[in-house]
Amino acid sequence: MKGNEALAHAAIRYGADGYFGYPITPQSEVLEVLEEQRPWETTGMVVLQAESELAAINMVYGGAACGKVVFTSSSSPGISLMQEGISYIAASEVPALIVNVMRGGPGLGTIHPSQADYFQAVKGGGHGDYHLIVLAPSSVQEMCDFMWLGWDLAFKYRTPAMLLADGLVGQMMEKVVLPEPRPRRTEEQVREQCPWAINGRKGMRPRNVITSLELVDEIMEQNNLRFQRTYREIEKNEVRYETIDTEDCDYLFVAFGSMARICQKVMEVAREEGIKIGLLRPITLWPFPSQQIKEAAKNVKGIMVVELSAGQMIEDVKLAVECNVDVKHYGRFGGIVPTPEEVLDALKKQFAINK
Amino acid sequence: MDIQDIIKPENRVYKKPELLNDTHMHYCPGCSHGVVHKLVAEVIEEMGAAEIAIGIAPVGCAVFAYNYIDVDWIEAPHGRAPALATAAKRLQPDKLVFTYQGDGDMAAIGTAESLHAANRGENIAMIFINNAIYGMTGGQMAPTTLLGMKTSTTPYGRRADLNGYPLAITGLMAQLDGTCYVTRQSVETPAAVRKAKVAIRKAFENSLQGKGTSVVEIVSTCNSGWKMTPADANKWMEENMFKKYPIGDLKNE
Amino acid sequence: MKEEIVIAGFGGQGVLSMGKILAYSGLMEDKEVTWMPSYGPEQRGGTANVTVILSDSRISSPVLNTYDTAVVLNQQSLDKFESKVKPGGVLIYDSYGIHTPPARTDIRIYQIEAMEATFELKNAKAFNMIVLGALLKVKPMVSIESVIKALKKTLPERHHHLIPMNEEALKMGMSLIKE
Repeated sequence: MKGNEALAHAAIRYGADGYFGYPITPQSEVLEVLEEQRPWETTGMVVLQAESELAAINMVYGGAACGKVVFTSSSSPGISLMQEGISYIAASEVPALIVNVMRGGPGLGTIHPSQADYFQAVKGGGHGDYHLIVLAPSSVQEMCDFMWLGWDLAFKYRTPAMLLADGLVGQMMEKVVLPEPRPRRTEEQVREQCPWAINGRKGMRPRNVITSLELVDEIMEQNNLRFQRTYREIEKNEVRYETIDTEDCDYLFVAFGSMARICQKVMEVAREEGIKIGLLRPITLWPFPSQQIKEAAKNVKGIMVVELSAGQMIEDVKLAVECNVDVKHYGRFGGIVPTPEEVLDALKKQFAINK
Repeated sequence: MDIQDIIKPENRVYKKPELLNDTHMHYCPGCSHGVVHKLVAEVIEEMGAAEIAIGIAPVGCAVFAYNYIDVDWIEAPHGRAPALATAAKRLQPDKLVFTYQGDGDMAAIGTAESLHAANRGENIAMIFINNAIYGMTGGQMAPTTLLGMKTSTTPYGRRADLNGYPLAITGLMAQLDGTCYVTRQSVETPAAVRKAKVAIRKAFENSLQGKGTSVVEIVSTCNSGWKMTPADANKWMEENMFKKYPIGDLKNE
Repeated sequence: MKEEIVIAGFGGQGVLSMGKILAYSGLMEDKEVTWMPSYGPEQRGGTANVTVILSDSRISSPVLNTYDTAVVLNQQSLDKFESKVKPGGVLIYDSYGIHTPPARTDIRIYQIEAMEATFELKNAKAFNMIVLGALLKVKPMVSIESVIKALKKTLPERHHHLIPMNEEALKMGMSLIKE
């Protein structure tokens, strides 16, 4: 099935309580598949086409505040519209999942794959000091698996998580093994697991309030310090990455999502020509596998960061290697996906490899 | 006889609802918000709904509504209260979900969310405080500011050619198939307060009965923003606001 | 075994769904598969193409610059993909509307009359299945049985009565290949 379809099925099987979204290419299949599946008749999951991305993200905020398992999906321009709500969700410390199936920008841009929302995703995106946990799937199976992982992490740390996919992974069809469905949580379970949730003062428990507002600066600073402590915890525990052929490589690719797939093809071809390239694929873009990249950089002649952007993740790679190794970049943008051949040529040229 | 002799329980003839807590309100003396807060708390209490009530607070003067009424609250981004309420109600259909919004929230930045929630017939109640000015930010023009009315951003009076016309948004909402009850009330006299309370109760009951969206507009004063005494503000409201925003039911199905 | 295929033609010719059936047939034989379409407005009337990869092992890039096999169904696609067939690879094209036939000598080229065949079958919708039949005759990467299984799996129940017609079209396609 398509990556976008896998998202929808993964959500239903996770026991999601609600989806709120607004159609935009290239991810409209998510809402279409959910409407076709009618989960409200089976699991009781709510599916709603909102009037805008603004409304959609605020429905997610409302649902998340109720301790419910909720998500939205969109593509770049729609995600930009959602940034206000995402900042509120982060500040209110409620768990939510946001899927961005990136397309080329800026502006209305193109509908074809891009990875140019990297900065927006990993550096916060909206106003204020906050981070999202950012997961970058590179296969249809991961589109499915990372929905589950995203929610698990979001609830564990009470923070929004983002699936940062792109049009290629969203539109591509591959084999996928769907997890066994599990039921939605009951209200009792929500009350037990999320005692902060907005679900009425049953038994006249003390009232709960979910707010991001705090006009006393000293308290707001304490709130921020608490957010930062959470982020340090996440950085300590949740870095995820994959390495391929890094044991003996002379050059290292750092690439995520669909670009990491293309790089693997380049590596196959390059090995036949006698050029040994390894790949380090960050799976969590935030927290970023800085330490692992620093380690991997020790034994290579050079790193090439390959992105569907003008060079965004390269900044984090450069910070990670602390100038100890030459870091180059290759990117195509505006919806263009480079071919493996093109990437190999770029590597040869940038590192003056004559083979 | 000293004061302790007077405040004995057996002498009590009136008390505030339990759900209205003792936190000092930040509202200006003479403001309508305090009265409406009391009505909301009273109605929830009388309905026995404290255990299922969920309020969605706006941005504006009522942003701190959650500090005063002891039920569960979510504080929404400006204008988005109906979107949050939509999710809260759909995900928990047995709850009493209401928004509490000002004129900026309802009729300017949140017009889309308000109209669409009402048009979908979300089973929520919307309490709408229309005082024709932005009180929280210091008295700027609201979408509902009357023509000729002076505000800090219409210092020479609102002009249709420069600022457009006052927006009677509840009139629009009454036309939507999703609304079941749309009414305009006020709280400047005891009689008006009693009627407003009946309206809020009806709206909350509609929400629980799943009849669709109810909107209770409270035409209100902002004596600070209007730069009048509370008494003058009430008089000015009756003479001017009620012409553009007449009191009464716009829809009752 | 690994087979990298591009199928290209006009939107509406069933290019994407032919690729989909091929991918599903691979799944039926427990192969790894990817199906990567060109997507967007060009699906509706312009040119459309899809990359399908079938493999016994993990597939890396779903995007390729050269292919083992190209199936092209209009002149624009022929112009675009003829040069992208690997030396020794296969190019299959439908002759309908082709004014400049392929000229490479280092690949195997098959010209088929699939559009003509639809007239014979009196079924324009059978076009892509005829082409698929031809492809599977040249490169038997999946069995006809797997294709039928894939059709059963992907077609809604109410369309299952069309499966015999599709099978007929596949066989017709296979008969179009003359060595």
